[in-house]
Amino acid sequence: MSPDFVNIYLMPGLFMLIHIGILVGAVLGGVAYLTYAERKVLGAMQRRQGPMTVGPFGLLQPIADGLKLLSKETIVPTQSNKPVFIIAPMLLFMLALVSWVVIPVDAKLVLADINVGILYLFAVSSMGVYGIIMAGWASNSKYAFLGAMRSASQMISYEVSMGLIIVNVLLVTGSLNLSEIVTADRPLWIQLLLFPMFIVFLISILAETNRAPFDLPEGESEITGGFMVEYSSMSFALFFLGEYANMILMSAITTVLFLGGWLPPFGIEALAFVPGIIWFVLKTCAVLFVFLWARATLPRYRYDQLMRLGWKVFLPFTLIWVVLVSGILVYTESLPK
Amino acid sequence: MASNEFLLEYLPVLIFIFIAAGLSLVMFIASLIVGKKNPDPEKLSAYECGFEAFADAHNKFDVRYYLVAILFIIFDLEIAFLFPWAISLGDIGLFGFWSMMVFLGVLTVGFIYEWNKGALDWE
Amino acid sequence: MVIKMIATAAFYLFSIILLLSALRVITASNAVHSVLFLILAFFNAAGLFVLLGAEFVAMILVIVYVGAVAVLFLFVVMMLDVDFQSLRQNAKSYIGGGLVFGGVMLLELITLYFAWADVQPTLVAEAAVVSDITNTEQIGQVLYTDYVYAFQLAGLILLVAMIGAIVLTHRRRADVRRQKVADQVYVKREDVLEIKEVKTGQGIS
Repeated sequence: MSPDFVNIYLMPGLFMLIHIGILVGAVLGGVAYLTYAERKVLGAMQRRQGPMTVGPFGLLQPIADGLKLLSKETIVPTQSNKPVFIIAPMLLFMLALVSWVVIPVDAKLVLADINVGILYLFAVSSMGVYGIIMAGWASNSKYAFLGAMRSASQMISYEVSMGLIIVNVLLVTGSLNLSEIVTADRPLWIQLLLFPMFIVFLISILAETNRAPFDLPEGESEITGGFMVEYSSMSFALFFLGEYANMILMSAITTVLFLGGWLPPFGIEALAFVPGIIWFVLKTCAVLFVFLWARATLPRYRYDQLMRLGWKVFLPFTLIWVVLVSGILVYTESLPK
Repeated sequence: MASNEFLLEYLPVLIFIFIAAGLSLVMFIASLIVGKKNPDPEKLSAYECGFEAFADAHNKFDVRYYLVAILFIIFDLEIAFLFPWAISLGDIGLFGFWSMMVFLGVLTVGFIYEWNKGALDWE
Repeated sequence: MVIKMIATAAFYLFSIILLLSALRVITASNAVHSVLFLILAFFNAAGLFVLLGAEFVAMILVIVYVGAVAVLFLFVVMMLDVDFQSLRQNAKSYIGGGLVFGGVMLLELITLYFAWADVQPTLVAEAAVVSDITNTEQIGQVLYTDYVYAFQLAGLILLVAMIGAIVLTHRRRADVRRQKVADQVYVKREDVLEIKEVKTGQGIS
């Protein structure tokens, strides 16, 4: 083995594996403490304390929950389609993880700096429906099937407006690479122009991740947990982890698209001494707080209202905005390049 | 070979897919090993609020689900056309801009037709 | 060198999974399994496109075919309740037509093979990534200007598809009550509320 080989291939390879390990660990740790934060925030908003028993301030609660789920019995219903039933939660969890590979958490700190980063994210998130449809179909239970159908229709409906919002951002940045999207020059008037899209995007990601107030797929008062009704133990935990990892992911995407990623907020140079990754995490947490806040304050939507919001409000609005933004940029000749 | 340079960026994606798949498999198998096993015919039957399941759950569904899926395909394609346009608009200028406006205009006609027909209503 | 080796290994990995899953699409006894294998096949085809340098096409393949078209397929086979067993019994009567179609496609592939025999495959791979600009931008620079007629034609096809889908599948149901949002928003206080002065001990007449 020549030293050349070690320097060119082995070291970068090892570095990449360590990087992947840290990333996976960070996402899973983030998921664990997001569930803790959710219960604490919901508790505080309802004047309760949230988990307090396990560890100081209940800080070990997520670990206890994980161990409990691990020790439970894995139930595979007799009427179910077993291979599909088992693969579905794994697929959902996998998809929630593999998106992270293109997210730039700091300048140059990204695993795969691919040219079509945003398309990759869009592609992976469009595959998310399969985990849910497969789970609902394979369970062979009416509630699961109904929940899966609702969820699939809801996700594809909101994906249209999400795609159009991404097109709006691309018009300003002129690149599909996520690092370039962050560093693209954005004067104040362009940020104001994109602000309505930011709001629509926030609402769309709530719908895309099946979170309150759009949590009809699992509406426990009508369909008893939806597509997850037949799942137990680690299979259930995989769904749970996937859902929360998706929440963090969507918050990170919002940060990259609208909040300037790792750059200090409002372009304040004096704050640039703080490492970019800290800004990135703080901004992501701020978006995540909106998820929890929405859950604590808003009642659940009705299904026809949800579909109307997606198709009759968001779709025309974002489409008109594409025309508006592109028209303004073309006629003021302020397009990138 | 210069053309392979960009492929290096995709290598982490491939490795990551394998690691994520491995991780989910390990978690599932761990629960099979650690968790207790105490099967019971009632426990393993599909949940239906305490009843025996009346019939197979895979029954016919309302046609509007297909309609949503078809409309989604059409708008997804429209977005697929918008992506390259959005990032190269600076190079193709006014002609490219109006070319897309005509395209969107045609699709807006379809959208208005849908709206008037009530295909966007979830009843 | 190592990059090329990994690329070759990835090529064989994707191709083998692609071929095996394509085989399972036609041999699986459960139609839902067929569609799921079709999705796996699409996904591996996207991997092959990435290896060719066609990143944009790869992602669009996943977004459109996996994310949209296959969802519709899955909806249809999961819910239309098609009795595939009886379809399979009649499969013998279609075998002649199927063979003709298969033969034509095979002939086309053979023609394509000989037409491309002179072209160096490495040249094709390099053509996709030859310049600094990404291939998404390359597509963008010609699709809306040089190929404007084809582009507008695509728009018209999408319009026809949209109208056709509605004509074929949309039935307005008479037995449901619709929420009329505009009516609800524009309702005035006078329409729904009347304030009556009620004197103590007299009630409302």
